[in-house]
Amino acid sequence: MAAFVVRRLVRLMVVVIGVSLVTFAILHASGDPVTLIMPEAPEADRAVLRQTLGLHDPLAIQFARFFGNAATGNFGNSFFHRTPAFALVVERMPTTLLLTACSMALALAVALPVGIYSAMRRGRAVDQVATGTVFLGQSMPVFWTGIMLILLFSVQWRMLPVSGWESWASIVLPTATLSTFTAPLLLRIVRSSMLDVIALDYVRTARAKGVSEWLVICRHALKNAALPLVTITGLQFGLLLGGAVITETVFAVPGVGRLIVGAIRQLDFPVVQAGVFMLAMIVVAVNFLVDVLYVYLDPRIRVR
Amino acid sequence: MAVGSLPSSTLAYADDVPRAAAGSRAWRKLTRNPAALIGALILTVVIGAALAAPWVAPHDPAKQSLIRRFTPPVWTAGGNATYPLGTDQVGRDILSRIIHGARISLLVGVLAVVVSVLIGVTLGLVSGFVGGRVDTVLMTVVDITWSFPQILLALAFVAALGPSLVTVTLVLGLTGWERYARVVRAEVLALREKDFVEAARAMGIGAPRILLRHVLPNTFSSIVVLSTLQVAQAILQEAALSFLGVGSGRTYPTWGQMIALGRDFVSVAWWLPTFPGLAILATVLAINLVGDRLRDALDPRV
Repeated sequence: MAAFVVRRLVRLMVVVIGVSLVTFAILHASGDPVTLIMPEAPEADRAVLRQTLGLHDPLAIQFARFFGNAATGNFGNSFFHRTPAFALVVERMPTTLLLTACSMALALAVALPVGIYSAMRRGRAVDQVATGTVFLGQSMPVFWTGIMLILLFSVQWRMLPVSGWESWASIVLPTATLSTFTAPLLLRIVRSSMLDVIALDYVRTARAKGVSEWLVICRHALKNAALPLVTITGLQFGLLLGGAVITETVFAVPGVGRLIVGAIRQLDFPVVQAGVFMLAMIVVAVNFLVDVLYVYLDPRIRVR
Repeated sequence: MAVGSLPSSTLAYADDVPRAAAGSRAWRKLTRNPAALIGALILTVVIGAALAAPWVAPHDPAKQSLIRRFTPPVWTAGGNATYPLGTDQVGRDILSRIIHGARISLLVGVLAVVVSVLIGVTLGLVSGFVGGRVDTVLMTVVDITWSFPQILLALAFVAALGPSLVTVTLVLGLTGWERYARVVRAEVLALREKDFVEAARAMGIGAPRILLRHVLPNTFSSIVVLSTLQVAQAILQEAALSFLGVGSGRTYPTWGQMIALGRDFVSVAWWLPTFPGLAILATVLAINLVGDRLRDALDPRV
């Protein structure tokens, strides 16, 4: 187990370096970022900015500096706010994580029972309706779903606020919107992992010895289906955060996603880089934990 | 016949039914399903609309008419049959803009997937077949790409490179290939051990030829299924980029951009964001339905 964790940690370090390389490349993708940032400024001013950004050094040196700074949470000052970009991102991170967590909870509350029931009644009407809804949910652009919910609940019925993040009422619509994106994904995973497990011998044995259906599902099936469920959900975490970014933009939720989208419009590269880097780090951390957890929980792999 | 030019199909399908029969069985499975048929029908309409946009669109999608602004859809009070789905804040015809928008969605969706397939399949083939260090390196690259929420990476790079049709397509293609690499690699790992590959190797056929003629054709059905479903994803991603303001530019209407503009008027003109969204929903749903049925039809395990 220890050797496995060490191997994974080495791989994790390599991935982190790769992630910073890609983040570093964002600034340089534009060719000359300085012209992009201040197209009308006199050449002298641009030269000054190039100097401060260190754009005259060889790329390898620039990357080494970027990586060193990123490791200590220094992405430079925001061009727009004139304050450290990292602090701007960290300030808004709890909001993004809260939104993601709330919608995960809501999505699970729907996906878990429906997915299990759907798997138990495979091919029946319930299952077909559930599968059909999953298709529908996965085909809706999340930003459009958000606007349609605003149309119904804020414009038509005046029940909930259009945007913001001040009261509990303002959290409802963003959470619901993001859930229409996450729930179908989770439901699909729950259903298929349950189907895999239900077909196994020990479930049949449990049924044969007269264990009630309810107990068979909870004790025998669900316990074993939980592992792939956690793993696959963990692996899809990047997708979930991507959904959160878009949802934040629709509802003007003051999170990292909205910060990044705003920064992109203003070509505020330090903020874009800090935000993209931090979100990627969360995905990397979640993937790592899921990997280790999987091996820890499944004794068959641990032995190897 | 020279040994080296043995048709791959005889080797690959030696213990399977002939390919033609398998194909027609797949076709029957595909057409028996009403959902897939509806999907195919919607898709035909969308593709037709995209191809014939200048001829089937009732109006010029860019033509403004300030007296006609905010005309509601024809079936509501104040509606006008000249503008079946109503007009937007500057009096442009929504239906015509949706028809023209189909072009961007389909074009970007398909081309981005082509880029992803080319990169992903190549890397997956090499990674699975060569193995060892090469595999470790390539799979680490896959892990790195996987660590970014795709939409975020696409957003940042499109903005940095300058939004245009070409950039959006390339960036979506370049950020969406890792799924193909994973799937193809997994299949190659299994195929590599199969008898017909062993046989080809024993005949002295070189690795590149084995890969292209014997291994690659056996991954086709997975690639077809995956890329169909990924076109749907690419269309959603393109719409999201347009919505966030870094789409293919302002000159040509796109569905995502129409929704973004419509959001500001949602309280006065509900039809502005609603219809382009329905167009996306219908198109993506149709592709998903067809793709899902395709998976059932082509996957012999089901």
